[in-house]
Amino acid sequence: MLQFIIRRTVGALVTLFLISAATFFLFVAAPSDYASLACGKDCSPQRLEDIRQALGLNLPIVQQFWDFMTGIVMGRDFPTGHCSAPCLGQSFYSGDMVWGTIMDRFPTTLTLTLGGAVVFLVVGVGAGMVAAFRRGSMVDKVATGVSMVLSSFQIYFLGPIVLIIFVYSTGWMDNPQYVPITQNPWGWFTGMLLPTLVMATIFTAQYTRMARSSMIEQLAEEHVRTARAKGMSRKYVFFRYAWRGSMIPIVTVLGIDLSSMLGGAVVTEITFSLQGIGRLAVDGAVHKDLPLTMGVMLFGAFFILLFNILTDIAYAWIDPRVRLS
Amino acid sequence: MTSPAKAEGSGPSVALEPELESKPTPAKEEKKLEGRSPGQLMWQRFKRDRTGVICAVVVIFYFVVALGAPLLTKLSGTDPYTLYGQDPTYQDTPVLDDFGLPLGYFGGLSGTHWFGVEPQYGRDIFAMLVYGMRTSLFMALGVTVLMMVTGIILGLIGGYFGGRTDYWIGRVTDFFLAFPQQLFFIAFMPVVTAFFVDPREETPTYFRALAMLIVLWVLGWMGMARLVRSTVLSLREREFVEAAKVSGASPWRIVRKEILPNVVTPILVQFTYTLPSTILTIAFLSFAGVGFVEPTPDWGRLFANGSKYAEQDPSFIFFPGVALVIFVLAFNLLGDSVRDAFDPKSGR
Repeated sequence: MLQFIIRRTVGALVTLFLISAATFFLFVAAPSDYASLACGKDCSPQRLEDIRQALGLNLPIVQQFWDFMTGIVMGRDFPTGHCSAPCLGQSFYSGDMVWGTIMDRFPTTLTLTLGGAVVFLVVGVGAGMVAAFRRGSMVDKVATGVSMVLSSFQIYFLGPIVLIIFVYSTGWMDNPQYVPITQNPWGWFTGMLLPTLVMATIFTAQYTRMARSSMIEQLAEEHVRTARAKGMSRKYVFFRYAWRGSMIPIVTVLGIDLSSMLGGAVVTEITFSLQGIGRLAVDGAVHKDLPLTMGVMLFGAFFILLFNILTDIAYAWIDPRVRLS
Repeated sequence: MTSPAKAEGSGPSVALEPELESKPTPAKEEKKLEGRSPGQLMWQRFKRDRTGVICAVVVIFYFVVALGAPLLTKLSGTDPYTLYGQDPTYQDTPVLDDFGLPLGYFGGLSGTHWFGVEPQYGRDIFAMLVYGMRTSLFMALGVTVLMMVTGIILGLIGGYFGGRTDYWIGRVTDFFLAFPQQLFFIAFMPVVTAFFVDPREETPTYFRALAMLIVLWVLGWMGMARLVRSTVLSLREREFVEAAKVSGASPWRIVRKEILPNVVTPILVQFTYTLPSTILTIAFLSFAGVGFVEPTPDWGRLFANGSKYAEQDPSFIFFPGVALVIFVLAFNLLGDSVRDAFDPKSGR
């Protein structure tokens, strides 16, 4: 087990390194003159040179990359100040430290992800299980129909509708915003309620469909049939035997969904004008801000690799037959 | 469909397995006996699925609308670029009030503006929607075909030749899967455009389309490659491939004649799932502001504007949104039907 985790971690670190290398060289290879972008419209040659110097753009590309990578591990010094250990560089556009900016924005994205996950796991998987348990009943038909329609909605359509109903026309809620939970827990809750629910609604629909079909597939398995033939009650078999197996595909998708959401719930953040990681990525791309974009990409890739490992561990926990090797 | 066909139709679901193993081509010559290719069987099962057929019709309708966008806008007499609210030619028929909001009921519905007009500029929503669908659908079709072809080729090579080749293709696939997709799309759109155009100049629309195509393609082929690889891996060990090998067929012939016909169906199923998700990804890029920009009509851009105007003109987002929901719903149901037709055992 421990060996497995160590081996996967090393593999993940190598992948992270490769991703940063690929991203870095692609950005540098692109014929964008970052210094002149950072300098603005009427830029004197002297000032341009100063900016190049400050950003380290005069150094060879490999040297720049090396500085960037060592900065992540050991920190780095800039003319404007020191940047401590996980140093992802300094934004070309705003001049802020990238790691600091990401940490400022992360609570918003984390709230969305965790809040949403609680809702869609409880409601979505729950509804899917009930629908599978009472297959063919009225409950099943309603759950299937509603989830089918809702999963065809998009956040950028459902979001404005919800805003129009609850904020613009009735004024029942304030415009969504992020308030730190340590400052004002109630404000945090009400401010993030609409975005989280809208995002969770669409995921709930997808998880209902998935949980239902995965459960039905499990119920057709031989070990379930044998258990039933031995005379065990339907309920017992359902909740003790079939349940475990049906979790495998759900855990797989959950890992992918959570990791991509933590790397920025882009659509939700834009729809509700929240300042999260996804919004940061868009800002970085629009301003052609290389360090910011690199930082956000690495941050997102980190979660993907982390959740890959966690998913594999979860498999072994759910199904003891799975060997981690 | 006549009744005898129906009576026969209930049988094949059991006989599917042996049917898959035989090669589809020679089966046609025997007339009396059961002799239908997996494709024909699938088509027969699909025809009996009423939801599937209705959804197929809806999806085809959308493509026809997208193709016929210029004709449709000729009928309504509008186009997606004219600013009906600001252009002096249209002063006699004002569409916007003093605040730049549409005049009339539900976002300015009228005989000329079937779905209303956009606030501030007064562009026609119907024209923007049908032209936007045209952009999105055909772009997505192109991207999906590219992704599929790449995935199929890499999957075939990896699955059939195995060994070292397979290992490295697998590692490359894993590497690409580790990229955060959404962030990658957003981050690399400007980079890829920068390869073609000076960043200080205006990017032409077709360069934007090309950049989107490249970005989506690079991160989109992995699912297909994995699917084809695993299918080929199980096919490779089957007797009919062995037989072909023994009789001296070249690898290229075996892949083309023995293996490819048997992976067509899973590819088809995957295709019906991938196409709508590609359409949504393109819409997402435009929504995030890194895809198509003004004034190119695009489905995703309508949502960006729709949520911008949601407070003043809530009706703007209605028609593009409902159109998208119906389209995605039909496509999802179609995907399920195609899958069921392919594999009747997977009950819904």
